[in-house]
Amino acid sequence: MSQLRALTQWRYFNRAATLALFALVALFPFTRPPLDGFMDDCILALAYVVMALGLNIVVGFAGLLDLGYVAFYAFGAYSIGWLASDHFSSINGEEGIHVFAGEFASSLPGIHLNFLFIIVAAVLICAVAGMLIGLPTLRLRGDYIAIVTLAFGEIIGRFAVNGDEITFAEGYKLTNGRQAISPTDQIDLPFFAEFDSAFNLRPYYWFVLALVALVLFVNFRLRDSRLGRAWVAIREDEVAAASMGVPLVKTKLLAYATGGAFGGISGAFLGSYFNSVQANVFQFGFSIFILAMIILGGVGSIWGVVIGAVALSFINTRLIPDVLNEVPSKIGLDFDLTQLSFGIFGFLIVLMMVLRPEGLLPERRHKMELTEGVGVDDAIVQVKQ
Amino acid sequence: MSDTGARAAGEPGPAAAEQPESAGNGGAPLLEARNCSKIFGGLVAVSAVDFAIPHRSIVSIIGPNGAGKTTFFNMLTGLYKPSTGKIVFDGKDISGQRPDKITKLGVARTFQNIRLFATMSAVENVQVGQHSRMKAGLLGSILRPPRVSREERDTDAKAREMLEYVGLPARTHDQLSVNLAYGDQRRVEIARALASDPKLLLLDEPTAGMNPQESDQLTGFMRRLRDEKGLTLLLIEHDMKVVMGVSEQITVLDHGEKISEGDPATVRADPRVVEAYLGKQG
Repeated sequence: MSQLRALTQWRYFNRAATLALFALVALFPFTRPPLDGFMDDCILALAYVVMALGLNIVVGFAGLLDLGYVAFYAFGAYSIGWLASDHFSSINGEEGIHVFAGEFASSLPGIHLNFLFIIVAAVLICAVAGMLIGLPTLRLRGDYIAIVTLAFGEIIGRFAVNGDEITFAEGYKLTNGRQAISPTDQIDLPFFAEFDSAFNLRPYYWFVLALVALVLFVNFRLRDSRLGRAWVAIREDEVAAASMGVPLVKTKLLAYATGGAFGGISGAFLGSYFNSVQANVFQFGFSIFILAMIILGGVGSIWGVVIGAVALSFINTRLIPDVLNEVPSKIGLDFDLTQLSFGIFGFLIVLMMVLRPEGLLPERRHKMELTEGVGVDDAIVQVKQ
Repeated sequence: MSDTGARAAGEPGPAAAEQPESAGNGGAPLLEARNCSKIFGGLVAVSAVDFAIPHRSIVSIIGPNGAGKTTFFNMLTGLYKPSTGKIVFDGKDISGQRPDKITKLGVARTFQNIRLFATMSAVENVQVGQHSRMKAGLLGSILRPPRVSREERDTDAKAREMLEYVGLPARTHDQLSVNLAYGDQRRVEIARALASDPKLLLLDEPTAGMNPQESDQLTGFMRRLRDEKGLTLLLIEHDMKVVMGVSEQITVLDHGEKISEGDPATVRADPRVVEAYLGKQG
């Protein structure tokens, strides 16, 4: 029984440590002014954590390589662009439609739903989109899935950019393209004052931290569930999984839907936080950016992905523009290093693959696959030995 | 590992999960394949095979390499769709059904080359085997209401009982399946198949790579499965000692065709069988 007690103790310790960590992170804004550049970077990083954890369900748990994750960011962002801005300004005789909208938003034309509804809408839209992208990939395996998802991301990106040319009903535009739908509503939660990203970033910080907590909770629960085991089984051996009673189609679609929903939540949040939905950000590079976070942290490892997302996000917002950017001029070269960001990420991934392919904080299973050759052809293992 | 006793108390034992033989369908066989063929391009892998498995019997399919035995297995379990013909299991037409649905109806299998989920523990492997008998969906898995927690505990306990039943020592239950000894991996695979509460268990070369002693043990175990759990067994086997010893009925395939069928003595004496294995004399 001592082993059991040790296990229970370990579990309690883990839970306490996680709570303490969250408390610390939650108290952090009090050490900074309400409007602070660093806090801005933290909010971005946390939003990326939500996305990376979503993608991790598809790629890490179920083993379906998804190169078009940006599509879910777009759907999430447009949920708020459509449903909480003056984009459809002539709707309802220019009166607008308001459902529990904030005080200021209530006076504007267009559709204005409370942010909680926006999240529900983003989840629904992205879950459906996830299933739609899942359908054509069901008959495919490995790299071919990646190609289809890549194309899906590109299609959605093109629609976003050119959406200002697509009109429907009484001349409503699908998107505003590169012009951006702006302004989108600030988050307004029941019992809380309306958020205002122009004066105080703290509410946004706490809100996205709560989202991270929620998504982490869902990830852990799913990992240790009937569904989580089915995902790993499919990743390991589709034929055996199907023969053991795992319905492949349903299980894979659930992975796409859940992963997509997280991307949507984060997208909706960022849409509100940036105060605009600009089509230019929905590019292939962004999918790779999120994927790189997972690879950096450790595919399939929940805490690893958190670390990877935070690390890469800060490399992007702090390290490259603030620290490394002076390097070229010091050695007598004249160029802007931020333009090379993706080159630097690529270099980081190559470095990771060579030095620590299993990621910073590897997941047990994936580590075995990479270091002990489990799950790969014997021939490869023999070459390695 | 150490808390099996505490957990087992109050849990439904394996006996509760045991399926009484479905009665009421008279002398109808548990599984019947009529005129089943599988054609890959121009290759006829299985050609118009008629085949039946009586309830609570142990039936073998034998034949030289490439005779179409595994292809036939794959048709029965839904991995391949039959090109022609019909497969009826327990009164239901399962030809061309999805593999997971066939598993849910009560057909479980093992594979010729062990196909465990390598990076999952033995217990987790067997839990996956229970997938079709579990109910937790996406929301249930996330919110984990008491119903789902109980289901998780029950499947864990049942998985350990199954592993115990196939003879895997308790200390290995939480080891990753890839780290288990070869014989133990075979056992886990059988436990995983049993976990879906099947009526029919298909074993694809279960004694491959085993020494005579282990083969004997497995033969005894197959009889136990039939007698204690009321299972019907179908095996593909190359070890003639096992086949002749355990089977009540043997079907011989060669080049995708059924060339002989009957009890061990009949099949052994059939000149066509001898010819298939040894070639024509004179």
